[in-house]
Amino acid sequence: METRSVNDGLDYSGDAAAGSFFSSDYKRHDDLKQMLDSNRDNLKLEAMKRIIGMVAKGRDASELFPAVVKNVVSKNAEVKKLVYVYLVRYAEEQQDCALLSISTFQRALKDPNQLIRASALRVLSSIRVPMIVPIVMLAIRDASADMSPYVRKTAAHAIPKLYSLDPDQKEELVMVLDKLLSDRTTLVVGSAVMAFDEVCPERIDLIHKNYKKLCALLMDVDEWGQVMILNMLTRYARTQFVNPDLGDLTIDGEERPFYDDEEHENGDDGEEKDEKGSSEDDNEDGQKKKKLAGKKKGKEEEPSKHKAEMDPDHRLLLKNARPLLQSRNSAVVMAVVQLYYHVAPRPEVNIVVKALIRLLRSHTEVQAVVLSSIAAMSTSRQSLFEPYMKSFFVRSSDPTQIKLLKLEILTNIANETNIPLREFQTYISSQDKLFVAATITSIGRCASNIKQVAESCLNGLVSLLSHRDPAVVGGAVVVAKTLLQTQRSGSKPVIVQLAKMVDRVTVPPARAAILWLLGEYCERLPHLPPDVLRKMAKTFSDEEDIVKLQIINLAAKLQVTNPGQTTLLCQYILNLAKYDQSYDIRDRARFIRHLLFPENPETSKLSKYARKILLSSKPAPILQSKFKDRDFQVGSLSHFLNTRATGYQDLPPYPEVAPDPSVRYVEPPPSTVNAHEPIDFGFDSTHGKKSKKKQSKKLSFYSESEESQKSEGTGSESSSSSGGSTNNSSGDSESGTEDSESDSAESNKTDKSEQTGNSDDENTNEVLPSGKLKKNAPTVSSGKSKSQQATDRKVVRYKKKPNKSDTEEEETNSSSSSSDATKGSSSSDSERSYKKKSKNKNNKATKHKDASNVDLLLDMSRDSKATVDELTPPGLMGSLSGEIMNLTLSPSPQFGGSGTSTFGQIQTASAMFIPTKKTELINKISSGGVQVSYRYTRSPHLFSPLMTSIEIIIENTGKVPLKNVRIGQTMLPNGMSINEFQPLDMLDAEMGATAILGINFNDTTQGAKMDMHWETETGARKQTVTFNPKIGELIRPVTMSESLFMAEQAKLRGMNEHEGKAFVNKTLVSTTTTTPRHSLLVHRVYETVNVLQVPSVEDHLVRFAGQSLSSQTLVLVTIHLPEKDGTALVEDEDIPVAARIVVNCDKIVIGSMLAQELKEALK
Amino acid sequence: MIHSLFIINVSGDVFMEKHWKSVISRSVCDYFFEEQKKISSPVDMPPVVATPHHYLITIFRNNLYFVATTTTEVAPLFVLEFLHRVVDIFEDYFGECNETIIKEHYVIIYELLDEMLDNGFPLATESNILKELIKPPNILRTIANTVTGKTNVSCTLPSGQLSNIPWRRSGVKYANNEAYFDVIEEVDAIIDKNGSTVFAEIQGYIDCCIKLSGMPDLTMTFVNPRLLDDLSLHPCIRFKRWENEKVLSFIPPDGNFRLISYHISSQSIVAIPIYLKHYISFREGKLDITVGPKQTMGRQVEEVSLEIPMPKSVANCNLTASQGRYTFDPVSKVLHWDVRKIDITKLPNIKGSISLGAGAGPVEANPTVTVHFVINQMAVSGLKVSRLDMYGEKYRPFKGVKYITKAGKYQFRL
Repeated sequence: METRSVNDGLDYSGDAAAGSFFSSDYKRHDDLKQMLDSNRDNLKLEAMKRIIGMVAKGRDASELFPAVVKNVVSKNAEVKKLVYVYLVRYAEEQQDCALLSISTFQRALKDPNQLIRASALRVLSSIRVPMIVPIVMLAIRDASADMSPYVRKTAAHAIPKLYSLDPDQKEELVMVLDKLLSDRTTLVVGSAVMAFDEVCPERIDLIHKNYKKLCALLMDVDEWGQVMILNMLTRYARTQFVNPDLGDLTIDGEERPFYDDEEHENGDDGEEKDEKGSSEDDNEDGQKKKKLAGKKKGKEEEPSKHKAEMDPDHRLLLKNARPLLQSRNSAVVMAVVQLYYHVAPRPEVNIVVKALIRLLRSHTEVQAVVLSSIAAMSTSRQSLFEPYMKSFFVRSSDPTQIKLLKLEILTNIANETNIPLREFQTYISSQDKLFVAATITSIGRCASNIKQVAESCLNGLVSLLSHRDPAVVGGAVVVAKTLLQTQRSGSKPVIVQLAKMVDRVTVPPARAAILWLLGEYCERLPHLPPDVLRKMAKTFSDEEDIVKLQIINLAAKLQVTNPGQTTLLCQYILNLAKYDQSYDIRDRARFIRHLLFPENPETSKLSKYARKILLSSKPAPILQSKFKDRDFQVGSLSHFLNTRATGYQDLPPYPEVAPDPSVRYVEPPPSTVNAHEPIDFGFDSTHGKKSKKKQSKKLSFYSESEESQKSEGTGSESSSSSGGSTNNSSGDSESGTEDSESDSAESNKTDKSEQTGNSDDENTNEVLPSGKLKKNAPTVSSGKSKSQQATDRKVVRYKKKPNKSDTEEEETNSSSSSSDATKGSSSSDSERSYKKKSKNKNNKATKHKDASNVDLLLDMSRDSKATVDELTPPGLMGSLSGEIMNLTLSPSPQFGGSGTSTFGQIQTASAMFIPTKKTELINKISSGGVQVSYRYTRSPHLFSPLMTSIEIIIENTGKVPLKNVRIGQTMLPNGMSINEFQPLDMLDAEMGATAILGINFNDTTQGAKMDMHWETETGARKQTVTFNPKIGELIRPVTMSESLFMAEQAKLRGMNEHEGKAFVNKTLVSTTTTTPRHSLLVHRVYETVNVLQVPSVEDHLVRFAGQSLSSQTLVLVTIHLPEKDGTALVEDEDIPVAARIVVNCDKIVIGSMLAQELKEALK
Repeated sequence: MIHSLFIINVSGDVFMEKHWKSVISRSVCDYFFEEQKKISSPVDMPPVVATPHHYLITIFRNNLYFVATTTTEVAPLFVLEFLHRVVDIFEDYFGECNETIIKEHYVIIYELLDEMLDNGFPLATESNILKELIKPPNILRTIANTVTGKTNVSCTLPSGQLSNIPWRRSGVKYANNEAYFDVIEEVDAIIDKNGSTVFAEIQGYIDCCIKLSGMPDLTMTFVNPRLLDDLSLHPCIRFKRWENEKVLSFIPPDGNFRLISYHISSQSIVAIPIYLKHYISFREGKLDITVGPKQTMGRQVEEVSLEIPMPKSVANCNLTASQGRYTFDPVSKVLHWDVRKIDITKLPNIKGSISLGAGAGPVEANPTVTVHFVINQMAVSGLKVSRLDMYGEKYRPFKGVKYITKAGKYQFRL
């Protein structure tokens, strides 16, 4: 028996896929059980395959449960996987047996492999057995703290599973969720938001502190997560921000007044809010305002477009969501569209339209959903889609549902200038009857909505009356009737024509419509109606109910107006109706009879009013889109079905007053990780986020020893951002590395040449965090052991050679290298590395020979400094957006300012403060509606790090679209260069656009002059503009240690030192328990100069470091505050404190100007 | 989110089901069938059908219905897009996706579905990652599996899930490193009776076949990037770089994928590559159509074919084509003329008589002709790739760009 079954099994495995799928032989279950019980993996696998086949077919395989569940312990990954699939399907039905498998999963949850942990959690949480709730809860809690983001993601998925199993766990789950929401890995965030949506969408307070992070990460989350986050944030925005259109809602909603008083009011509101939120100190704010006003000397008025007045967080969301319109996933695009539609200020909704139109090329089903959303949007915002009317023209090959939707949209957006009557005419000859009928209705709707075309539409309809198709004629009649009704004038010839058609028209609703019309206008046409009534009386019994009712109506009306001719006819008809089968008709007849022919005319009061009752004027029907007033969120299931779906949450209305925005400002955790990180951040939230992000990434890099592929992103990050991070948590991986080093030492000893070659690679390897490298330096003294380390890291990580010509490439690709290496076939990798090594040997021979680790490191920084001019560092990672972009884009080479720093490093950092103040460049009044302003972004320019990035904001406040906005001739002083922004092809009226311009000011404050060109329909215009840089913007922040700062400062004494004295307001330097030391003062400096605070131990000294953009000269700022020497200062608040400002800089001009500038700023 | 998936063929067989959350009985499909009865053609199936307790979200592809069920509010596009992604992945794995293929590879299908969705929420939808988790079948491996009794589940666990480049699998190695780009443009147009263009737009794609070892970082620049003002990007593209410099910079996924798709709207001027001279009269029973090239920049127009859905009352057509072959299907009433290449010296023509069925009334409207054609070596919008650079790897890849213009929905109203 045993052998037979084995043979059987082998046979099956041959044609398993094809053969066993449809076999419905239940007796085989015995076979299967035997196969599962055998100890041969291939038999088990075969059995599992067949069982899965049964499951897939929907056949019951539950009786095999005990036999299958035993195999959950199988060593074979494939068998295991299939058992998991089976378990999830049947665990609920076989609870007792399912419990047998739990211990296996519990063990797997502790597995060193993250994928095993994750899949164990996935299956465990999918087993819907109430008894295991506590176990799952425990597992989720553990997994949410797992170091692998993949496991954390699975934990997020498990939360709604457990919640649906046992809602009592909610409280605890929400706590776990809170933790997961604050996760900074893109992998986790999307799933966490999904869980949030399913478990506790009402707990909006959990979002506050993650809001900025979610906005920043949005671009990098996977597509599905993006949809979830966008939908959630739409609701969030509706609860947290005030209506951006507040105060300028005109009736139509399409036109916004420009120089509207209301707008200014609105603006003030916004500013007030800002004040409340962003600073506790009114005085400070007031000063800031004054300063702003002072700076604005020559310019007439502040550009008050309400864009600037929105809550900056509101703006942030919109800004970060916008790139997602370019997603290939229609669901993401739709999520952005609904965000803009529901949350953005009305004039900005335009930008989503193009993307929506693009979706129309997608699959039919997607088209249907998109079109129905457009249909709904177009009812309230016609003008949005008007320019794209042609995209909705119907093709004969479209499915009917698409045709109807397109027609609906065409009708919605038609107005007197663009009504596509010719198109409609073509559609009527379509072979699709349903579509033809809809077209006729559309024509009717156009006619009733657009007075100008009513006449021609009616004529068109009349011509359709002679159409051969009865359905078309019927439709036309009904629509014509409605039209006549709306047009109070009512054209007699049309009615006559209709009346004459009564014999030909067979469609009941059309006949009814004609009869109704005759009755309504019977006074104007004295002869026709009685004749028609006579005919109808003849055919009464054969008519449809709807027609019969209208015959009775007509009879009654005629009886009132023309009793002489029709009394007999009327009575005849009423008699017929009395015996009709339909009670409706009998009722109507009885009612009419009593109204018109009362039994005793004297007493009947009602009959006196018969005329009034029957011939009162009726309100004209309003023809409108069936998509009007769909109040559901655009793109939702409820919206598509136009019924409330289970679980649909209404979009909350905007609050009257925005809730406190400060809840979103997050205090970053104290920087315990990075010694070079400034201690004093946290005032500016944008920066706080960035630095936190940096840290967390680093953390994950060091702590997740098992997934070295992670280093791909983080490694490059740390190489670009911080040199000497001495990380606590790196201990584990460090020791692990050393262990394996000694292991691999033996194997590598033999190949000397390889080792020496390798040492080069190791040293220039950017992927390795330099901090770590340094740490290794003392222990690793020879090239030999370095190569060991490299091999330990599977060698392939390095890609770089210290080859000058390659430096550029090196920069661009530090990201792209490693991740494939670790798990891949290491043999082939080492083979490849060998080739490289031999190449490297030559290199090494010519260049730094026997150089020590540290020296090489410095060498490289010199190299990169030399080539820095051609550097164009592109993004290191995929599609990082916004601020993260700034971070990763910061040029990775270390600009060793003075070259010989031996005990510390100078590293460029990202800006602590991003100025939001805009300076006007072109005024809309002088330019005829074009308003151009600019601001400094303080982020490294993509084209060259030597350039100052300037964000140009172009707003078209005019009524005509602008074309081809670009920079023309430039008039730059010597040594300056410019990277123009991409010309804007088109800027629609009332739209704004931003562009990034890069100017290398060559460390001077001379103005950069250039022409700006644009075209309107009337012609081309140009205007000369000048960018006058502020000295503080020509500097970029660098991090350095205090000791290094002192050393550098010592070199820059004498001529290079500039001093100034300023009386600083007491409040600026006061220290409270809530704000870090001197935070206000520091902030004030950040506003003026783009530098970074150097952590200092001295209480009365505040130090800042930066370097000039073009020449990379160090700029060191020190502010000496009087030492605290008693309580005197505290008591009299008003006496300003004397502060000494010292600026050390090699470039005397920069130094003196900066000192002056700071003096002004701190006054 | 998505509870269950049913795959149904056109004859109404539910031949596969998969449940992620609790099991939903397949009787829910009865609502689907009810709805199906109401429609005349399968493409008219409404994408969402509401039943008392569930919502059925359906796509129709390759003559199969994929019906997902959900119980609560969800963005319909989310589900639709996911279902299409599922079919895309199947096609990627098995070359095509039809009933036979699905039945044949049910184990892989099941495993794929299991990986793609967790608790109704998408988990891994990148084909590169899935291919690491579950090896796609090929003949060699099928034989090997037969001998060793293995399935396609990989024993080594993948790493890609955790990299920062979730779309590229690790450890890619090729002997010949090649990168091919197809710039495909489809012209959608409606041309009316008088030959004037009612509406024309271009839908373009850049499809890639990338077989490069390691982690190449590619940069593609265009001669005239300004044409691409409305496009959708593969997630691998660095958006900021595109926005600021109009350069496509990306680390590509391995294998075939669509890099970008772009749309040149009806607002700009679109060249019309083909014209039709026609005379059709059902009363006289005459048909005469000539096809000619127009604005093709000297390129040859190939694979031309015309499809004319005749009115129901047409019984038969008796035509002579100067070139190519024609067929008339008396059941569906579609006249199909396969022209092939257009010879400029002698323009292809088809003429002859149409006979109406006895007793049929006169025909009211003229049909709409759908034209197909292909023009090689030309992108009708004028888009041109200027250069492709690779960083990050040392080898020199073989690079190729091909331009193709095709007819999309290219229709003439006669």
